[in-house]
Amino acid sequence: MCAQRKSSHPATTSFPGPEDIHRSVLSNGITILCRANFNSPSVSIAGYINAGSLFDPDDKLGLADFAASALMRGTEKHSFDGLYNELESVGASLGFDSGIHATGFHGRALVEDLPLLLVLLSETLRQPTFPEVEVEKLRHQLLTGLAIRSQDTSDMAELTFDELLFQGHPYARPEDGFPETIQAITRQDLADYHRHAFGPRGMVIVMVGAVEPKKAADAIGRVLGDWKNRDQVDALLMPELKRLDETVRRHVTIDGKSQADLIIGTNGPRRTDADYMAASLGNSVLGQFGMMGRVGKSVREKSGLAYYVYSGLSAGLGPGSWSVSAGVSPANVKKAGDLIVKELKRFIKGGVTKEELLDSQANFIGRLPLSLESNGGVAGALISMERYSLGLDYYRRYPDLVKSVTPSDVLKVARKYIDPDRLVVAVAGS
Amino acid sequence: MPEFTKTTLSNGLTVLLKEIHTASLISSWMWYRVGSRDEAPPLTGISHLVEHMQFKGTPKYPASMMDKAISRDGGMWNAFTFLDWTTFFETMPADKIDLALRLEADRMRHSVFDEKEFASERTVVASEREGSENEPLFQLGETVQQAAFRVHSYHHEVIGDMADIKSMTRDDLYRHYRTYYVPNNAVMGVAGDFKTKEMLGRIKELFGKIPSAATPPRLARPEPEQRGEVRLSIEGQGETAYLQAAYHFPAAPHPDFFALSVLDSLLAGPSNLNMFGGGSISNKTSRLYRALVDKELAVSLSGGSTTTVDPFLYYITLTIHPKRMPDEALAALDVELRRVQDELVSKEEVARAIKQARANFAYGMENITNQAFWLGYSEMFADYGWFLAYLDKLALVKPKDVQRVAQMYFRPQNRVIGTYLPSGKGEA
Repeated sequence: MCAQRKSSHPATTSFPGPEDIHRSVLSNGITILCRANFNSPSVSIAGYINAGSLFDPDDKLGLADFAASALMRGTEKHSFDGLYNELESVGASLGFDSGIHATGFHGRALVEDLPLLLVLLSETLRQPTFPEVEVEKLRHQLLTGLAIRSQDTSDMAELTFDELLFQGHPYARPEDGFPETIQAITRQDLADYHRHAFGPRGMVIVMVGAVEPKKAADAIGRVLGDWKNRDQVDALLMPELKRLDETVRRHVTIDGKSQADLIIGTNGPRRTDADYMAASLGNSVLGQFGMMGRVGKSVREKSGLAYYVYSGLSAGLGPGSWSVSAGVSPANVKKAGDLIVKELKRFIKGGVTKEELLDSQANFIGRLPLSLESNGGVAGALISMERYSLGLDYYRRYPDLVKSVTPSDVLKVARKYIDPDRLVVAVAGS
Repeated sequence: MPEFTKTTLSNGLTVLLKEIHTASLISSWMWYRVGSRDEAPPLTGISHLVEHMQFKGTPKYPASMMDKAISRDGGMWNAFTFLDWTTFFETMPADKIDLALRLEADRMRHSVFDEKEFASERTVVASEREGSENEPLFQLGETVQQAAFRVHSYHHEVIGDMADIKSMTRDDLYRHYRTYYVPNNAVMGVAGDFKTKEMLGRIKELFGKIPSAATPPRLARPEPEQRGEVRLSIEGQGETAYLQAAYHFPAAPHPDFFALSVLDSLLAGPSNLNMFGGGSISNKTSRLYRALVDKELAVSLSGGSTTTVDPFLYYITLTIHPKRMPDEALAALDVELRRVQDELVSKEEVARAIKQARANFAYGMENITNQAFWLGYSEMFADYGWFLAYLDKLALVKPKDVQRVAQMYFRPQNRVIGTYLPSGKGEA
């Protein structure tokens, strides 16, 4: 079923667009996007189901994450070892991970093994059995992961940051839960969650690799087209987010650490907001461009305070965040924090210069060939197109979209979100 | 596999070129034969610091300008320092590669090493080391490595000791730079959307005039054979215990390397040698996973070696199950190792390892940066032929070869066992 061509196939010279992306929707609601790449005899799949930790009860936080990991622990046809034996024997991989809104999956294989990969994807999505013994083994692994998390300065700073920024909102909760909530989850909880949350409605799957797109879509249809789940529940509505009234700070003490992690930030746009591109370009100037933008220049280059310092937008379906992160010596936390806040103040006072904006605009457009080189890179792009309704022509419109942002757009979005008197400051370390 | 060209310029610079016309990208790598193994106290970590200073500019290309120019063009650039080598790369849209070539030629010879810039970069590197020290596995790995090499300069971590990072001077760095950053000590690998004749012409123009110098000698003090098993333990925060078993291993060009690669796949899952190839194949049906993780003695395991000029180490690293002790996991590990020594593995297992390697090679082909990486990387410990022949050599491995190398290298006398014991163990 998979036409494999020789490497003499013409080079892929253009970015994904409507004429080379095959998009179709199965009658059960699964959306499929496929694009060919014959440069290597391999294929990548990726996608998601609309089921995530948003569904988790507080006392069983981590349920969606636990369930996502448990899908590969056994199905009606394969044991845990049997599943992985099929995959690993041919050098393929398949994995699931869970976020707040969705459970994602990704896999890759040599194109000759694509049929196997699709069958195992379907099996793990539809017929997991959550074997008791395997669930218990997994529980210990998750608990060990949480014990390691509690000692990790970067993980703990992030967890604390989200907790403070999203107070009263589901985003305040860590998707991987806490030791006591992981202990509280039963095998039956996993099975019940799977029955209600997993179904074809709203599912998206993309495939990129050495397969003709139409044939790829047909192959997906053959394994997932007959999936039905009358019990599938739709995603919950999210409550509104309350903005901060004042700056809040928290320091989590972890003994014996030679470096502390520091995150300073606030709210940010959704991926679907009209001002997302302006925020993204502004963020590039603030803490990405070149060696980490303005904050890199100040905290790393000039002051030598940190090996890494950068700013980031976390923008998805719901309210996002906009923050600056740094790893610094415990003695320098205040100094680095002051420098970061100084940059934030400068950012909302004067915005970005025309020249700085032009630099980042050139970077955003120039880096496309590199980011869309591998199958995995294109698969990620196709998922974003679908998930955030960007349109199949997004990468064709992209240069114009980037160039249309003005310095005043950046200043406007910066002032909309960043207020130096209403920040979250989270620190984890000794 | 597309053709490649290998040539040496009159000043001794070795150049490997490979045309790949799948995307309009070019990736260029400059490799120097200098790494942490060329250092002795009180200058451990100097190769890495010199690598950092190479981003601080030349009179012609000041730091801010280089960074800005490459980023504006949508390029990616970075550098790595390892035991045997230091490398710098740029991947750019094909029509923009000239900038990277000019820059690389210029900083082979004209980097400034400004005193003030160095003062701030020293603390950046100290901070990099502090970040690593936060990790129990870095602490354990560093201790194990030191115990495994008493004589050879593989003794210390690439980043160097904090005392040396804090005490070395700008002049130490500059001397190191001028000694090792010479064309006859370098290999350049370029892959992507270009015509070989044109690219070679341009490289000759830019690099051909850089004068050669005395070829720097390598620090090479062979490690004597270890006399019996070494055991050590360190303690630290947390609730989680780790165990690392490090076996002295042959250098990459050694013929046993291929049988050992098959054995690695069987024991701990296939190691992915690609630097830019995306995620690796899982190891949940490897022998050690079945014996240790399935049996709940550990919660995760990894295994692997690296390709080095001189014999280095094969590591097996275990995260110990919260209800078990490291010694119990070690006993189970030894049972599995004895099994590969006593019983022939099946032909199917060997074939499986070869298929896994073939898949990893295919994934690595998706990306031009990774293909360019291999051109020079393989020259650092063997030559590009080593890479091209890799799958064929692997295909020649027989079950009895696997047994022989298991018996030869996986002996207790040939290993260092290190454990990280959490001070909070038992309170969890």
